[in-house]
Amino acid sequence: MIKRHHTPYSIYKVLIFSFSMALCACDALITSKTDPNGIVYCSEGSPASFNPQLDTFGTTVDASSHQLYDRLLDFDQTSGEIVPALATSWIISPDGKTYTFQLRKKVAFHKIATFTPSRYFNADDVLFSFNRWRLPTHPYHKVSSGRYPYTDSLNLNKLIKSIKRLNGYRVEITLQKRESSFLANLATDFAIILSAEYGDTLITRNQQQLIDTLPVGTGPYKLSEFRQDQYIRYTQHPDYWRKNKLTDKLIFDITPSSSLRLAKLITGECDAIALPAHSELEVVRQQDNLILDEKPGLNIGFWAFNTAKPPFNNPEVRRALSMAIDRNALLETIYFDSAIAAKNIVPPTSWAFQADVKKVNFNPISAKKILQDNGITEGFTMNVWAMPVKRTYNPNAIKMAELIKGYLREVGINVNIVTHKWSTFRERLTQGLHDSVLIGWSADNGDPDNFFRPLLSCAAIKSGTNRAMWCSKEFDELINEALDYSDIQERAYFYGKANELLAEQLPLLPIAHASRYQAYRKELDGLVINPYGGIRFGGVTKN
Amino acid sequence: MVNILLRYTNLIIITLFILSLLSFSLAYLFPGNPIEVLTGLKLEELQKLQNQSANIAYKPEGSVLSQYGHYMSELFSGNWGVSFNSGQPLYEEIMLSLPASIELSAYALTLSLLVGLPLGFLAALRHHRATDYTLLSISVVGYSIPVFWLALILILVFSLQFGWLPLSGRLSLIFEVPSNTGFVLLDILLADIEDKPSVFLDAFRHLILPTLSIAIVTTTLILRITRRSVIETLNSEFIQAAYARGLTTRQVLMRHGIRNALVPILPLLAMQFPTLLTNAMIVETIFSWPGIGNWLIQAIYQQDYSAIRAGMLAVSVFVVIFTMSIDMFLRLTDPKRKKIERGTI
Repeated sequence: MIKRHHTPYSIYKVLIFSFSMALCACDALITSKTDPNGIVYCSEGSPASFNPQLDTFGTTVDASSHQLYDRLLDFDQTSGEIVPALATSWIISPDGKTYTFQLRKKVAFHKIATFTPSRYFNADDVLFSFNRWRLPTHPYHKVSSGRYPYTDSLNLNKLIKSIKRLNGYRVEITLQKRESSFLANLATDFAIILSAEYGDTLITRNQQQLIDTLPVGTGPYKLSEFRQDQYIRYTQHPDYWRKNKLTDKLIFDITPSSSLRLAKLITGECDAIALPAHSELEVVRQQDNLILDEKPGLNIGFWAFNTAKPPFNNPEVRRALSMAIDRNALLETIYFDSAIAAKNIVPPTSWAFQADVKKVNFNPISAKKILQDNGITEGFTMNVWAMPVKRTYNPNAIKMAELIKGYLREVGINVNIVTHKWSTFRERLTQGLHDSVLIGWSADNGDPDNFFRPLLSCAAIKSGTNRAMWCSKEFDELINEALDYSDIQERAYFYGKANELLAEQLPLLPIAHASRYQAYRKELDGLVINPYGGIRFGGVTKN
Repeated sequence: MVNILLRYTNLIIITLFILSLLSFSLAYLFPGNPIEVLTGLKLEELQKLQNQSANIAYKPEGSVLSQYGHYMSELFSGNWGVSFNSGQPLYEEIMLSLPASIELSAYALTLSLLVGLPLGFLAALRHHRATDYTLLSISVVGYSIPVFWLALILILVFSLQFGWLPLSGRLSLIFEVPSNTGFVLLDILLADIEDKPSVFLDAFRHLILPTLSIAIVTTTLILRITRRSVIETLNSEFIQAAYARGLTTRQVLMRHGIRNALVPILPLLAMQFPTLLTNAMIVETIFSWPGIGNWLIQAIYQQDYSAIRAGMLAVSVFVVIFTMSIDMFLRLTDPKRKKIERGTI
């Protein structure tokens, strides 16, 4: 028996139907909806812990400092001035040794699953946090690694004589000696405030190490989940003391590959990314929906002359050598224009910057003349030491040395480029075996003293950071005097004088301040590059 | 029947035994102390733990045989050691990532079947005609493209150029879906979250590109297998007989063609699953899919030997059990197979 079948529908009809179905579905699928309640930041790695006291590693700082915690003081992100944070005001005694901080009231700590704070932030928390790195007798001093690299390197534990609780909201810190950069140190990413109550609770539970892995702070976000090498989730701290707008969630998507971070930024999987590579900056600029912010970093790449050695002890010679170099060409080739030309040793973002100092213009002809006037004849040979490693302030010192070699040949000087293994290199520099060196400096707080003192003071020759071997009484007096005042205007006056002296004497030729970059999507609002350390998401919103 | 079951069980047990020996010997072949590779703990930490509780069976001074005994007992109790790198229990890490890979492979296989089978039939029915040749050429091209290259091209076009689809992970991190089963769509279904449709949509968007990159190769493979089988079936005598009875082509195909053509290809298709899983593991690393392939690659990068050992064991055990079960199932259902023809992997 033969059954009747209905007419077979054409395969093409089926195809057309399914194709149009697919098209309809596509429309819903490809229009990506971004959730305004959460910010996704693609970071470069997993933090070692959630406590920046323990570690100067940038990844740890980014993941903790400004998200989870607050400091007594903060740097203003644009002016670099020290502004109140957990301390509402402070008084400095006339001798500059005693600082009294008035603390902010009604600042709530995070409430997490295992800990509910019973009180607001007060002086005990300040003592607890500072004494942790300061006093070996503190119950938490040896918890985690027991090392506090930042505060140790600045000798803050030695500098502070005592920290006293005057009352619940008043703390007095006494120093061994006067040091006006002290306030700046309290505003760095590392001077965070922990919860003393949480510390006590953990001691009763015998879980001390959790203080650094399950953190409690006063910051805009609290930690909700961390998976090694995958992500960090933060949620809003509902009782945050600053009246900032906060998103419900903040997520760090840990993406070690720089190109993958960029790709995710383009597809909208990240709202902002960490450390875009120099070679990728152009890609970011070309995308309409991306923003690339640029800010000069707190660093300086320079060419230092060994002023202890003739003929480099002669300022005229140093000036002539400097005039033979086209610094703009160096910026283009070495920094791919991702740096700004340096005028002082401090970057323009610093309040100690001075624009109107004596300039060094590119002029090989007059350079040659000055050199001859000073008895340096055609065929003079000098060496240029180029550091073997890559640093933000100088991504390729060896290539820079080759360019300099070319420029100096024009004025009749032969150059030998010298480079060693990094450790040997630094050791021999400290011994002063070089004629000149291409190196630089990165500062970690907004205080200009962090540039002047280590780079060019007499004392820094011994400690091995004064690469110019330059010792000038006049300069030392200026920068010491600057530290005696705490008013910025007054200090700026002395640093201005110091800048003028440096531009006059040229113990080193400032070349560039390499920029810092922040790439993010247009929807993000309020993200600012923080020149004084880690990224801040408090106050960043998404449209 | 019982005989077949026994034979297969036997085979599986022997294979698994050999695998366990292999993974155990890895501990001795990898650099470092074997006990450290087996447990993922440093000797001193192990000592400390042993002092605290007697639960840890390994004794550094024991013989190789006794170590193996401990190893097996630990494996069965779900105690696979911890990762050198993250310090997390390996069992938990693998149970989080293996389902992700299986899920991806399963979707890719489904998609390939949905597309490959009909196209294979189409090609066979249009044998030696333009449609056949076109489909065959496309399949040759598809089959020759390396998966990782295809994945990158898809990313380049659909994610970076058009910005239509996401390129990494399997769910936007904005959504917090607790992992119960490890299968993302199932987890979303089970989770107690708001706005499920948009979470589903997001998961689906993440699935498209990785699934496509794996599925294209498998589809072409299935297309070719189907085409060949259908052509062979259509040339057989019972089809001629059916035509002789006066049936239309359509009737012949529906009543005799499809069923008879599918019987020989089904086992072949099931055997594609391991290849599919391998491809999935490669594609995972490109799409940052949190599956076992990606996880193993990370373990290799970081020289996390204890994780490599456990990961390798988990994947091979899964593949062995899966293929053998399919084989057994086919053997039990297909009366024509008298002997264990394919009792090997």
